[in-house]
Amino acid sequence: MALTAADEPKIRVQNLDFYYGERQALRANNLEIAKNRITALIGPSGCGKSTHIRTYNRMYDLYPGHRATGAVLLDGADILDSRAIDGISLRSRVGMVFQKPTPFPMSIRENVAFGPKLLGVRGSELEDRIVAAIKAAALWEEVQDRLDASGLSLSGGQQQRLCIARALAVEPEVLLMDEPASALDPIATTRIEELIHDMAGRYTVVIVTHNMQQAARVSDYTAFFYMGEIIEHGPTNQIFTSPAEKRTEDYITGRFG
Amino acid sequence: MTQIATRLASDPRAQRARVRRVLLNRAMMVAAAAALILAVATLCWVLGTLIARGGGALSWRLLTELPNPPGIPGGGLAHAIAGTLLLTGAALCLGVPTGIAAGIWLAEFGQGSRIAYAVRFLADVLMGVPSIVIGVFVYGLLVAPLGSFSGLAGAVALALLMLPIVTRTTEEMLRAVPVTLREAALACGCPPWIMILRVSVRAALPGILTGVLLAIARVGGETAPLLFTSLNTPYWSFDPLAPIGTLNVTLFNYAMSPYRDWQQLAWAAALCITLAVLALTIAARTLRRKRP
Repeated sequence: MALTAADEPKIRVQNLDFYYGERQALRANNLEIAKNRITALIGPSGCGKSTHIRTYNRMYDLYPGHRATGAVLLDGADILDSRAIDGISLRSRVGMVFQKPTPFPMSIRENVAFGPKLLGVRGSELEDRIVAAIKAAALWEEVQDRLDASGLSLSGGQQQRLCIARALAVEPEVLLMDEPASALDPIATTRIEELIHDMAGRYTVVIVTHNMQQAARVSDYTAFFYMGEIIEHGPTNQIFTSPAEKRTEDYITGRFG
Repeated sequence: MTQIATRLASDPRAQRARVRRVLLNRAMMVAAAAALILAVATLCWVLGTLIARGGGALSWRLLTELPNPPGIPGGGLAHAIAGTLLLTGAALCLGVPTGIAAGIWLAEFGQGSRIAYAVRFLADVLMGVPSIVIGVFVYGLLVAPLGSFSGLAGAVALALLMLPIVTRTTEEMLRAVPVTLREAALACGCPPWIMILRVSVRAALPGILTGVLLAIARVGGETAPLLFTSLNTPYWSFDPLAPIGTLNVTLFNYAMSPYRDWQQLAWAAALCITLAVLALTIAARTLRRKRP
Protein backbone atom coordinates (compact mmCIF):
# COMPACT_ATOMS: atom_id res chain seq x y z
CA MET A 1 0.00 0.00 0.00
CA ALA A 2 1.70 3.17 -1.06
CA LEU A 3 1.35 6.41 -2.88
CA THR A 4 -0.72 6.92 -5.98
CA ALA A 5 1.18 6.96 -9.24
CA ALA A 6 1.15 10.76 -9.53
CA ASP A 7 3.02 11.30 -6.26
CA GLU A 8 6.66 10.81 -5.43
CA PRO A 9 7.91 10.20 -1.90
CA LYS A 10 9.69 12.96 0.02
CA ILE A 11 10.30 10.85 3.08
CA ARG A 12 10.66 7.08 3.23
CA VAL A 13 10.46 5.40 6.60
CA GLN A 14 11.95 1.93 6.66
CA ASN A 15 11.63 -0.45 9.57
CA LEU A 16 11.63 2.28 12.16
CA ASP A 17 11.73 1.17 15.79
CA PHE A 18 11.78 3.66 18.64
CA TYR A 19 12.66 3.23 22.30
CA TYR A 20 12.13 5.41 25.36
CA GLY A 21 14.83 3.78 27.44
CA GLU A 22 13.66 0.17 27.72
CA ARG A 23 10.13 0.77 26.49
CA GLN A 24 9.56 0.27 22.80
CA ALA A 25 7.17 2.87 21.41
CA LEU A 26 7.32 2.19 17.68
CA ARG A 27 7.50 -1.18 15.95
CA ALA A 28 8.67 -1.70 12.40
CA ASN A 29 7.10 1.44 10.97
CA ASN A 30 7.14 1.64 7.19
CA LEU A 31 5.69 4.70 5.55
CA GLU A 32 6.05 6.94 2.55
CA ILE A 33 5.30 10.65 2.79
CA ALA A 34 4.29 12.16 -0.55
CA LYS A 35 6.02 15.30 -1.73
CA ASN A 36 3.87 18.47 -1.63
CA ARG A 37 0.94 16.59 -0.13
CA ILE A 38 -0.70 16.58 3.27
CA THR A 39 -0.33 13.36 5.22
CA ALA A 40 -2.36 12.86 8.40
CA LEU A 41 -1.36 10.45 11.15
CA ILE A 42 -4.34 9.27 13.16
CA GLY A 43 -4.82 6.84 16.03
CA PRO A 44 -5.71 6.71 19.71
CA SER A 45 -3.68 8.56 22.38
CA GLY A 46 -0.31 7.06 23.10
CA CYS A 47 -0.18 5.06 19.87
CA GLY A 48 3.11 6.63 18.76
CA LYS A 49 1.99 9.27 16.22
CA SER A 50 3.94 12.09 17.88
CA THR A 51 6.90 9.84 18.57
CA HIS A 52 6.89 8.93 14.89
CA ILE A 53 7.04 12.47 13.53
CA ARG A 54 9.58 13.53 16.13
CA THR A 55 12.04 11.24 14.38
CA TYR A 56 11.66 13.29 11.17
CA ASN A 57 13.51 16.23 12.72
CA ARG A 58 15.39 14.10 15.27
CA MET A 59 13.80 16.04 18.14
CA TYR A 60 14.21 12.96 20.31
CA ASP A 61 17.96 13.45 20.04
CA LEU A 62 17.80 16.04 22.85
CA TYR A 63 16.86 13.47 25.44
CA PRO A 64 19.20 10.83 26.75
CA GLY A 65 17.81 7.30 26.48
CA HIS A 66 15.60 8.00 23.49
CA ARG A 67 16.77 6.15 20.42
CA ALA A 68 15.57 5.13 17.01
CA THR A 69 16.69 2.31 14.76
CA GLY A 70 15.87 1.64 11.12
CA ALA A 71 15.98 4.40 8.54
CA VAL A 72 14.15 7.61 7.75
CA LEU A 73 15.20 8.76 4.29
CA LEU A 74 14.73 12.40 3.42
CA ASP A 75 15.36 12.61 -0.35
CA GLY A 76 17.30 9.40 0.06
CA ALA A 77 19.59 10.49 2.93
CA ASP A 78 19.13 8.77 6.29
CA ILE A 79 18.30 11.46 8.85
CA LEU A 80 18.66 9.11 11.79
CA ASP A 81 22.36 9.01 11.02
CA SER A 82 23.92 12.04 12.71
CA ARG A 83 27.03 11.65 10.57
CA ALA A 84 24.97 12.03 7.42
CA ILE A 85 23.19 15.19 8.54
CA ASP A 86 23.55 17.27 11.70
CA GLY A 87 20.50 18.18 13.76
CA ILE A 88 20.73 21.90 13.13
CA SER A 89 20.69 21.73 9.33
CA LEU A 90 18.11 18.93 9.45
CA ARG A 91 15.76 21.13 11.48
CA SER A 92 16.09 24.01 9.09
CA ARG A 93 14.89 21.63 6.34
CA VAL A 94 12.15 20.01 8.45
CA GLY A 95 10.14 22.56 10.44
CA MET A 96 7.72 21.82 13.24
CA VAL A 97 4.59 23.30 14.81
CA PHE A 98 3.59 22.08 18.25
CA GLN A 99 0.34 21.33 20.01
CA LYS A 100 0.40 24.41 22.22
CA PRO A 101 1.23 27.71 20.60
CA THR A 102 4.83 28.57 21.48
CA PRO A 103 5.50 32.19 20.55
CA PHE A 104 8.90 33.36 21.77
CA PRO A 105 8.88 36.22 24.28
CA MET A 106 9.65 38.83 21.63
CA SER A 107 7.83 40.88 19.01
CA ILE A 108 5.79 39.35 16.19
CA ARG A 109 8.44 40.45 13.70
CA GLU A 110 11.32 39.01 15.75
CA ASN A 111 9.43 35.74 16.15
CA VAL A 112 9.16 35.28 12.40
CA ALA A 113 12.69 36.59 11.80
CA PHE A 114 14.17 34.13 14.29
CA GLY A 115 14.76 31.24 11.87
CA PRO A 116 15.86 33.19 8.75
CA LYS A 117 18.28 35.28 10.85
CA LEU A 118 19.99 32.08 11.99
CA LEU A 119 20.50 31.22 8.33
CA GLY A 120 22.14 34.61 7.76
CA VAL A 121 19.24 36.26 5.90
CA ARG A 122 19.44 40.05 6.39
CA GLY A 123 18.05 43.37 5.23
CA SER A 124 15.30 43.64 2.63
CA GLU A 125 15.42 39.91 1.92
CA LEU A 126 14.65 39.26 5.58
CA GLU A 127 11.80 41.77 5.49
CA ASP A 128 10.36 40.09 2.39
CA ARG A 129 10.55 36.67 4.01
CA ILE A 130 8.81 37.90 7.15
CA VAL A 131 5.93 39.38 5.16
CA ALA A 132 5.66 36.33 2.91
CA ALA A 133 5.62 33.93 5.85
CA ILE A 134 3.00 35.89 7.79
CA LYS A 135 0.85 36.08 4.66
CA ALA A 136 1.29 32.36 4.01
CA ALA A 137 0.10 31.70 7.57
CA ALA A 138 -3.03 33.82 6.93
CA LEU A 139 -2.12 36.22 9.71
CA TRP A 140 -1.14 39.32 7.74
CA GLU A 141 -4.51 41.09 7.88
CA GLU A 142 -4.58 40.88 11.66
CA VAL A 143 -1.01 41.87 12.51
CA GLN A 144 0.26 44.11 9.70
CA ASP A 145 -0.18 47.23 11.84
CA ARG A 146 1.47 45.83 14.94
CA LEU A 147 4.46 43.76 13.92
CA ASP A 148 6.39 45.19 16.87
CA ALA A 149 3.82 44.11 19.46
CA SER A 150 4.73 41.13 21.65
CA GLY A 151 3.93 37.75 20.15
CA LEU A 152 2.33 36.90 23.48
CA SER A 153 -0.27 39.65 23.03
CA LEU A 154 -2.03 37.65 20.29
CA SER A 155 -4.97 35.30 20.85
CA GLY A 156 -4.36 31.53 20.98
CA GLY A 157 -5.35 30.95 17.37
CA GLN A 158 -3.27 33.89 16.19
CA GLN A 159 -0.31 32.66 18.25
CA GLN A 160 -0.54 29.29 16.53
CA ARG A 161 -0.61 30.92 13.10
CA LEU A 162 2.38 33.00 14.21
CA CYS A 163 4.18 29.75 15.00
CA ILE A 164 3.26 28.42 11.56
CA ALA A 165 4.60 31.65 10.03
CA ARG A 166 7.77 31.27 12.06
CA ALA A 167 8.24 27.73 10.80
CA LEU A 168 7.47 28.73 7.18
CA ALA A 169 9.94 31.64 7.30
CA VAL A 170 12.78 29.12 7.47
CA GLU A 171 11.44 27.82 4.11
CA PRO A 172 11.50 24.19 5.18
CA GLU A 173 10.98 21.34 2.72
CA VAL A 174 8.77 19.50 5.17
CA LEU A 175 6.47 20.89 7.86
CA LEU A 176 5.55 18.69 10.81
CA MET A 177 2.46 19.58 12.82
CA ASP A 178 1.83 17.86 16.12
CA GLU A 179 -1.89 18.33 16.83
CA PRO A 180 -1.67 21.98 15.82
CA ALA A 181 -5.33 22.76 16.51
CA SER A 182 -6.10 20.69 19.58
CA ALA A 183 -5.57 23.59 22.00
CA LEU A 184 -7.72 26.00 19.98
CA ASP A 185 -11.37 26.95 19.83
CA PRO A 186 -13.51 25.77 16.87
CA ILE A 187 -13.22 29.00 14.86
CA ALA A 188 -9.43 29.15 15.24
CA THR A 189 -9.32 25.44 14.38
CA THR A 190 -11.23 26.04 11.15
CA ARG A 191 -8.77 28.77 10.13
CA ILE A 192 -5.79 26.51 10.80
CA GLU A 193 -7.42 23.68 8.86
CA GLU A 194 -8.10 25.92 5.87
CA LEU A 195 -4.52 27.06 6.05
CA ILE A 196 -3.16 23.50 6.06
CA HIS A 197 -5.48 22.56 3.23
CA ASP A 198 -4.14 25.46 1.16
CA MET A 199 -0.57 24.35 1.74
CA ALA A 200 -1.04 21.24 -0.42
CA GLY A 201 0.88 21.57 -3.64
CA ARG A 202 3.48 23.86 -2.08
CA TYR A 203 4.59 22.11 1.09
CA THR A 204 5.06 18.58 2.28
CA VAL A 205 3.03 18.53 5.49
CA VAL A 206 2.73 15.76 8.05
CA ILE A 207 0.01 16.39 10.60
CA VAL A 208 -0.72 14.39 13.73
CA THR A 209 -4.32 14.60 14.84
CA HIS A 210 -6.79 13.00 17.22
CA ASN A 211 -9.58 14.41 15.22
CA MET A 212 -10.66 12.14 12.39
CA GLN A 213 -12.90 14.73 10.75
CA GLN A 214 -9.89 16.98 10.67
CA ALA A 215 -7.78 14.31 9.02
CA ALA A 216 -10.53 13.67 6.48
CA ARG A 217 -10.92 17.38 5.73
CA VAL A 218 -7.31 18.44 5.30
CA SER A 219 -5.25 15.48 4.19
CA ASP A 220 -4.43 13.69 0.95
CA TYR A 221 -3.02 10.63 2.67
CA THR A 222 -3.79 9.08 6.04
CA ALA A 223 -1.84 6.61 8.14
CA PHE A 224 -3.54 4.81 11.00
CA PHE A 225 -1.35 4.07 14.03
CA TYR A 226 -2.19 1.60 16.73
CA MET A 227 0.05 0.59 19.61
CA GLY A 228 3.22 1.74 17.89
CA GLU A 229 2.46 0.04 14.59
CA ILE A 230 1.22 1.48 11.34
CA ILE A 231 -1.88 -0.56 10.65
CA GLU A 232 -2.84 1.00 7.39
CA HIS A 233 -1.72 3.77 5.08
CA GLY A 234 -3.21 5.11 1.88
CA PRO A 235 -5.14 7.91 0.20
CA THR A 236 -7.40 9.56 2.78
CA ASN A 237 -10.50 8.82 0.73
CA GLN A 238 -9.81 5.16 0.69
CA ILE A 239 -8.90 4.92 4.40
CA PHE A 240 -12.15 6.60 5.40
CA THR A 241 -14.48 4.92 2.91
CA SER A 242 -13.11 1.43 2.45
CA PRO A 243 -10.41 0.58 4.99
CA ALA A 244 -8.71 -2.73 4.38
CA GLU A 245 -8.18 -3.49 8.06
CA LYS A 246 -10.85 -4.23 10.63
CA ARG A 247 -9.04 -2.19 13.32
CA THR A 248 -8.91 0.87 11.07
CA GLU A 249 -12.61 0.60 10.44
CA ASP A 250 -13.38 0.13 14.13
CA TYR A 251 -11.36 3.20 15.03
CA ILE A 252 -12.81 5.37 12.29
CA THR A 253 -16.35 4.41 13.14
CA GLY A 254 -15.68 5.25 16.78
CA ARG A 255 -15.75 1.75 18.31
CA PHE A 256 -12.59 2.53 20.24
CA GLY A 257 -10.06 5.33 20.71
CA MET B 1 -33.30 22.80 42.00
CA THR B 2 -35.91 24.89 43.81
CA GLN B 3 -37.44 21.74 45.24
CA ILE B 4 -34.16 20.69 46.79
CA ALA B 5 -33.64 24.21 48.13
CA THR B 6 -37.11 24.26 49.73
CA ARG B 7 -36.59 20.84 51.26
CA LEU B 8 -33.20 21.86 52.67
CA ALA B 9 -34.68 25.03 54.09
CA SER B 10 -37.46 23.13 55.83
CA ASP B 11 -35.33 20.27 57.18
CA PRO B 12 -34.23 21.29 60.72
CA ARG B 13 -31.08 19.14 60.58
CA ALA B 14 -29.91 20.73 57.34
CA GLN B 15 -30.85 24.09 58.83
CA ARG B 16 -28.61 23.53 61.87
CA ALA B 17 -25.70 22.33 59.70
CA ARG B 18 -26.07 25.41 57.55
CA VAL B 19 -26.00 27.73 60.56
CA ARG B 20 -22.89 25.97 61.82
CA ARG B 21 -21.12 26.36 58.48
CA VAL B 22 -21.99 30.04 58.32
CA LEU B 23 -20.73 30.64 61.86
CA LEU B 24 -17.54 28.68 61.22
CA ASN B 25 -16.98 30.67 58.04
CA ARG B 26 -17.39 33.96 59.93
CA ALA B 27 -15.03 32.86 62.72
CA MET B 28 -12.36 31.91 60.17
CA MET B 29 -12.78 35.23 58.37
CA VAL B 30 -12.33 37.12 61.63
CA ALA B 31 -9.23 35.08 62.56
CA ALA B 32 -7.67 35.61 59.13
CA ALA B 33 -8.44 39.33 59.24
CA ALA B 34 -6.90 39.60 62.72
CA ALA B 35 -3.71 37.90 61.51
CA LEU B 36 -3.59 40.25 58.54
CA ILE B 37 -4.02 43.32 60.74
CA LEU B 38 -1.27 42.09 63.08
CA ALA B 39 1.17 41.64 60.18
CA VAL B 40 0.37 44.93 58.48
CA ALA B 41 0.23 46.84 61.75
CA THR B 42 3.75 45.69 62.67
CA LEU B 43 5.08 46.93 59.36
CA CYS B 44 3.22 50.24 59.73
CA TRP B 45 4.50 50.61 63.26
CA VAL B 46 8.12 50.13 62.16
CA LEU B 47 7.69 52.51 59.23
CA GLY B 48 5.79 55.02 61.36
CA THR B 49 8.42 55.06 64.11
CA LEU B 50 11.21 55.42 61.55
CA ILE B 51 9.46 58.30 59.82
CA ALA B 52 8.59 60.00 63.10
CA ARG B 53 12.11 59.69 64.55
CA GLY B 54 14.23 59.82 61.39
CA GLY B 55 12.00 61.86 59.10
CA GLY B 56 13.04 65.11 60.79
CA ALA B 57 16.67 64.47 59.89
CA LEU B 58 15.91 63.86 56.22
CA SER B 59 17.24 66.92 54.49
CA TRP B 60 19.51 68.06 51.72
CA ARG B 61 22.26 68.30 54.35
CA LEU B 62 21.94 64.59 55.11
CA LEU B 63 22.75 63.74 51.51
CA THR B 64 25.63 66.20 51.05
CA GLU B 65 27.49 66.63 54.36
CA LEU B 66 29.77 64.46 56.45
CA PRO B 67 28.83 63.75 60.08
CA ASN B 68 29.96 66.29 62.68
CA PRO B 69 31.99 65.36 65.75
CA PRO B 70 29.89 64.77 68.87
CA GLY B 71 28.49 67.93 70.40
CA ILE B 72 28.26 69.85 67.16
CA PRO B 73 24.69 69.65 65.82
CA GLY B 74 23.87 68.97 62.18
CA GLY B 75 26.03 67.03 59.76
CA GLY B 76 24.97 64.39 57.25
CA LEU B 77 25.64 60.87 56.01
CA ALA B 78 26.84 61.62 52.49
CA HIS B 79 29.91 59.41 52.83
CA ALA B 80 27.87 56.46 54.13
CA ILE B 81 25.23 56.71 51.40
CA ALA B 82 27.97 56.83 48.77
CA GLY B 83 29.78 53.97 50.52
CA THR B 84 26.69 51.75 50.60
CA LEU B 85 25.99 52.45 46.92
CA LEU B 86 29.63 51.76 46.00
CA LEU B 87 29.85 48.54 47.99
CA THR B 88 26.51 47.24 46.77
CA GLY B 89 27.39 48.20 43.19
CA ALA B 90 30.75 46.43 43.40
CA ALA B 91 29.13 43.37 44.97
CA LEU B 92 26.57 43.42 42.15
CA CYS B 93 29.32 43.43 39.51
CA LEU B 94 31.02 40.48 41.19
CA GLY B 95 28.05 38.40 42.30
CA VAL B 96 25.38 38.83 39.62
CA PRO B 97 27.25 37.74 36.45
CA THR B 98 28.76 34.79 38.31
CA GLY B 99 25.40 33.84 39.79
CA ILE B 100 23.51 34.09 36.50
CA ALA B 101 26.18 32.09 34.69
CA ALA B 102 26.10 29.41 37.38
CA GLY B 103 22.28 29.34 37.25
CA ILE B 104 22.31 28.93 33.47
CA TRP B 105 24.77 26.09 33.77
CA LEU B 106 22.70 24.35 36.43
CA ALA B 107 19.45 24.65 34.50
CA GLU B 108 20.67 24.02 30.97
CA PHE B 109 23.75 21.83 31.09
CA GLY B 110 24.04 20.25 34.52
CA GLN B 111 20.67 18.44 34.49
CA GLY B 112 21.03 15.28 36.51
CA SER B 113 24.82 15.33 36.75
CA ARG B 114 26.62 14.78 40.04
CA ILE B 115 28.47 18.07 39.84
CA ALA B 116 25.18 19.93 39.38
CA TYR B 117 23.75 18.14 42.39
CA ALA B 118 26.79 19.16 44.46
CA VAL B 119 26.71 22.77 43.23
CA ARG B 120 23.00 23.07 43.96
CA PHE B 121 23.46 21.62 47.43
CA LEU B 122 26.40 23.91 48.21
CA ALA B 123 24.49 26.95 46.96
CA ASP B 124 21.67 26.07 49.34
CA VAL B 125 24.13 25.65 52.20
CA LEU B 126 25.77 28.96 51.34
CA MET B 127 22.36 30.62 51.39
CA GLY B 128 21.81 29.33 54.92
CA VAL B 129 25.24 30.35 56.27
CA PRO B 130 24.86 33.21 58.78
CA SER B 131 26.15 36.39 57.20
CA ILE B 132 28.56 36.99 60.06
CA VAL B 133 30.34 33.76 59.16
CA ILE B 134 30.82 35.06 55.62
CA GLY B 135 32.27 38.23 57.21
CA VAL B 136 34.77 36.26 59.26
CA PHE B 137 35.63 34.12 56.22
CA VAL B 138 36.41 37.17 54.07
CA TYR B 139 38.35 38.65 57.02
CA GLY B 140 40.61 35.62 56.85
CA LEU B 141 40.67 35.64 53.05
CA LEU B 142 41.37 39.32 52.36
CA VAL B 143 41.57 41.54 55.43
CA ALA B 144 44.25 39.64 57.37
CA PRO B 145 46.55 38.97 54.37
CA LEU B 146 46.26 42.55 53.06
CA GLY B 147 46.68 43.98 56.53
CA SER B 148 43.73 46.36 56.34
CA PHE B 149 39.97 46.48 56.43
CA SER B 150 38.87 47.43 52.95
CA GLY B 151 35.95 48.24 50.69
CA LEU B 152 37.10 45.42 48.43
CA ALA B 153 36.70 42.89 51.24
CA GLY B 154 33.24 44.31 51.99
CA ALA B 155 32.20 43.98 48.36
CA VAL B 156 33.46 40.39 48.21
CA ALA B 157 31.52 39.51 51.38
CA LEU B 158 28.30 41.00 49.98
CA ALA B 159 28.90 39.29 46.61
CA LEU B 160 29.23 35.93 48.39
CA LEU B 161 25.88 36.57 50.05
CA MET B 162 24.26 37.46 46.71
CA LEU B 163 25.76 34.58 44.76
CA PRO B 164 23.57 31.69 45.94
CA ILE B 165 20.37 33.76 45.75
CA VAL B 166 21.06 34.81 42.17
CA THR B 167 22.23 31.32 41.17
CA ARG B 168 19.18 29.54 42.52
CA THR B 169 16.64 32.09 41.27
CA THR B 170 18.17 32.00 37.80
CA GLU B 171 18.04 28.21 37.81
CA GLU B 172 14.44 28.07 39.03
CA MET B 173 13.27 30.69 36.55
CA LEU B 174 14.98 28.92 33.65
CA ARG B 175 13.48 25.61 34.70
CA ALA B 176 10.04 27.20 34.64
CA VAL B 177 10.48 27.99 30.93
CA PRO B 178 8.31 25.37 29.17
CA VAL B 179 10.08 22.53 27.36
CA THR B 180 7.87 23.25 24.35
CA LEU B 181 9.41 26.71 24.01
CA ARG B 182 12.90 25.23 23.92
CA GLU B 183 11.86 22.57 21.44
CA ALA B 184 10.19 25.22 19.29
CA ALA B 185 13.44 27.20 19.17
CA LEU B 186 15.50 24.14 18.30
CA ALA B 187 12.91 23.14 15.70
CA CYS B 188 13.75 26.36 13.83
CA GLY B 189 17.24 24.97 13.27
CA CYS B 190 18.72 26.88 16.17
CA PRO B 191 21.96 25.87 17.91
CA PRO B 192 21.41 25.19 21.63
CA TRP B 193 23.45 28.15 22.90
CA ILE B 194 21.42 30.63 20.86
CA MET B 195 18.25 28.93 22.10
CA ILE B 196 19.42 29.41 25.69
CA LEU B 197 20.42 33.06 25.33
CA ARG B 198 17.74 34.32 22.98
CA VAL B 199 14.73 32.27 24.07
CA SER B 200 15.15 30.63 27.51
CA VAL B 201 16.97 33.46 29.26
CA ARG B 202 14.77 36.03 27.59
CA ALA B 203 11.63 34.24 28.74
CA ALA B 204 13.03 33.96 32.26
CA LEU B 205 14.44 37.50 32.37
CA PRO B 206 11.78 39.20 34.51
CA GLY B 207 12.15 36.43 37.09
CA ILE B 208 15.94 36.60 37.02
CA LEU B 209 15.90 40.38 37.47
CA THR B 210 13.47 39.97 40.36
CA GLY B 211 15.97 37.61 41.96
CA VAL B 212 18.76 40.15 41.47
CA LEU B 213 16.71 42.94 43.05
CA LEU B 214 15.78 40.74 46.00
CA ALA B 215 19.45 39.79 46.40
CA ILE B 216 20.37 43.49 46.51
CA ALA B 217 17.64 44.17 49.03
CA ARG B 218 18.90 41.26 51.11
CA VAL B 219 22.55 42.37 51.22
CA GLY B 220 21.58 46.03 51.45
CA GLY B 221 20.49 45.37 55.01
CA GLU B 222 23.55 43.37 56.05
CA THR B 223 25.75 44.81 58.78
CA ALA B 224 27.51 41.89 60.42
CA PRO B 225 29.74 40.89 57.48
CA LEU B 226 30.74 44.52 56.96
CA LEU B 227 31.97 44.86 60.55
CA PHE B 228 34.66 42.32 59.67
CA THR B 229 35.51 43.62 56.22
CA SER B 230 34.87 47.21 55.23
CA LEU B 231 34.65 48.44 58.83
CA ASN B 232 33.69 52.12 58.86
CA THR B 233 34.99 55.65 58.54
CA PRO B 234 33.34 59.04 59.02
CA TYR B 235 35.09 60.43 55.91
CA TRP B 236 34.82 60.06 52.17
CA SER B 237 36.60 56.93 50.99
CA PHE B 238 37.17 55.87 47.41
CA ASP B 239 40.21 53.68 47.91
CA PRO B 240 39.13 50.04 47.49
CA LEU B 241 41.90 48.94 49.85
CA ALA B 242 40.89 51.26 52.69
CA PRO B 243 37.92 51.04 55.08
CA ILE B 244 34.72 52.57 53.76
CA GLY B 245 31.74 54.01 55.59
CA THR B 246 28.31 52.46 55.01
CA LEU B 247 24.81 53.31 56.22
CA ASN B 248 24.48 50.02 58.05
CA VAL B 249 27.67 50.16 60.08
CA THR B 250 27.17 53.90 60.72
CA LEU B 251 23.68 53.11 61.99
CA PHE B 252 25.12 50.41 64.25
CA ASN B 253 27.82 52.72 65.67
CA TYR B 254 25.73 55.85 66.06
CA ALA B 255 22.73 54.10 67.56
CA MET B 256 25.01 52.79 70.33
CA SER B 257 26.66 56.16 70.91
CA PRO B 258 25.61 58.38 73.82
CA TYR B 259 25.33 61.53 71.68
CA ARG B 260 21.89 62.86 70.72
CA ASP B 261 23.01 64.19 67.32
CA TRP B 262 24.54 60.89 66.35
CA GLN B 263 21.47 58.99 67.51
CA GLN B 264 19.42 61.31 65.32
CA LEU B 265 21.66 60.44 62.35
CA ALA B 266 21.23 56.74 63.16
CA TRP B 267 17.44 57.13 62.89
CA ALA B 268 17.92 58.86 59.55
CA ALA B 269 20.23 56.07 58.35
CA ALA B 270 17.65 53.47 59.41
CA LEU B 271 14.96 55.29 57.48
CA CYS B 272 17.18 55.53 54.37
CA ILE B 273 17.97 51.78 54.41
CA THR B 274 14.34 50.82 54.98
CA LEU B 275 13.04 53.07 52.22
CA ALA B 276 15.69 51.74 49.79
CA VAL B 277 14.83 48.11 50.59
CA LEU B 278 11.12 48.88 50.31
CA ALA B 279 11.65 50.53 46.93
CA LEU B 280 13.68 47.54 45.67
CA THR B 281 11.05 45.09 46.84
CA ILE B 282 8.26 47.03 45.17
CA ALA B 283 10.33 47.24 41.98
CA ALA B 284 10.89 43.47 42.12
CA ARG B 285 7.15 42.86 42.52
CA THR B 286 6.26 45.11 39.62
CA LEU B 287 8.84 43.49 37.40
CA ARG B 288 7.52 40.07 38.30
CA ARG B 289 4.13 40.92 36.89
CA LYS B 290 5.48 42.34 33.68
CA ARG B 291 5.07 40.26 30.56
CA PRO B 292 8.37 39.58 28.81
